[in-house]
Amino acid sequence: MLDIISELSRWAIPVILLVVPLIAALRRVKVYEAFVDGAEAGFTTAIKTIPYLVAMLVAIGIFRASGAMEVLVATLSPVLNIVGLPTEVLPHAIMRPLSGGAALGIASDIIKTYGPDSFLGRLVSTMQGSCDTTFYVLTLYFGSVGVRKYRYSVVLGLISDLTTLVASVFIVRTFF
Amino acid sequence: MVNLVWLGMIVLGILAAGARGNIEIVTKAALDSANDAVKISIGLIAIMTFWLGIMKLAEEAGLIRLLARLVRPVMRFLFPSVPKDHPAMGAIVMNLSANILGLGNAATPMGLIAMRELQKLNRGREDTASEAMCTFLALNTSCVTLIPTTIIGIRLLYGSADPTDIVGPTIMATAFSMVAAVFVDRLLRFYYTGRRG
Repeated sequence: MLDIISELSRWAIPVILLVVPLIAALRRVKVYEAFVDGAEAGFTTAIKTIPYLVAMLVAIGIFRASGAMEVLVATLSPVLNIVGLPTEVLPHAIMRPLSGGAALGIASDIIKTYGPDSFLGRLVSTMQGSCDTTFYVLTLYFGSVGVRKYRYSVVLGLISDLTTLVASVFIVRTFF
Repeated sequence: MVNLVWLGMIVLGILAAGARGNIEIVTKAALDSANDAVKISIGLIAIMTFWLGIMKLAEEAGLIRLLARLVRPVMRFLFPSVPKDHPAMGAIVMNLSANILGLGNAATPMGLIAMRELQKLNRGREDTASEAMCTFLALNTSCVTLIPTTIIGIRLLYGSADPTDIVGPTIMATAFSMVAAVFVDRLLRFYYTGRRG
C-alpha cells in the first residue's frame, strides 16, 4: 500500500506535465501562448503575500524566541491533565499550528528522549503527521487574494487541530 | 480572532523575553522572521508562475471543468455557494490531492489558484473571507499527506523497530479531523451568517 502511494507521488507531476499539454494541443489550444498567458500572474500573486507573511511570521518568531511558550505550557498543563493529554506533548501541540519547523524540532526531541516506539514517541509522530501549520496556511492563502478579515476560519482551524490532537491520543492509546 | 492571536503572541513574547532578561532577542527574532517571510514569498514566484501556466493550459483544454464535474456530488455538498462545474472546484480537488500525495510544491500553487477562483465569486467583499474559502481552508489544513516522510525519517534515525507503524494512526486521526472540520464549519457558518443577517 505504502509503495503504491509513493510510486503515485513520484509519477503524479510528470504525468500531469505530459498529459495536460498534449490534451490541450489536441483541443487546438495554442499551448505556448496559453502557458505564458496564465503564468503572467505568478509574480504578482507571490509578491502579494509578503505583507501578510511578514506580519504573521514576525509575531510567531517573537513568541518562539522569547520563551513565552514555557509560560503558556505552565498555565495550560493543569487543564490538559484533566483532559488526559500528556503534558510532555503540550509544547508540540501549541507550536504545530504556528510553525512546522519548530514543531518538528520538538517532535524530534521527544522521539529522541522517550524513544520512537514509546507511547509519547508514537503520539507526537502521529500529531506531527496529522496536523498542518494552520496559521501559516491561512496567512498565505488569504494573503494571496488580499483577504484581511478571516471571519470564523481561525476558530475553525483551531477546533480542527484540537480534534486531531484528542483523536491522536485516543487512537495511539487503542492502536498500540 | 486573528487580531487577538497576533497581538497575544507579540505581547506575551516581549513580556516573557523581558522577564527572562533576554530582551535583545526580540529585535533579532522579528527581523529574522521578516527575512524568512520575504524569502518564502520570493520562493513562491517560481512555482506560482510555473503552475499558473500549466493550470491555464488545463483550463483551456477543459480539463479543470472535467475534474470539477467528476467530483460534483461531494463538492456540491461541501461548497453550496460555488456554481456547479466552476473551475474553483477543479483547483480545490487538485490542491487536496497534491496535499494527500505529499506534493508540497504543487499543493501550494493549486491552493492559491483555488483561492483566486473563489475570490472571483466573492464580489463586493474582497477583503473578507467567503464561506467557501473558510470551508476550503478547513479541509486543506485538516487534510494532510498520507505518508509523513519527514517524521518517518526521524523515527528511523532514532532506531524505531517499525518507523512506518504510525501511518495507520496518522490517517485515522486525519480522517477524524476532516469529518470534524466539515461538521464544525457547518455550525460556524450557520451561526455567523445567522448573526450577521
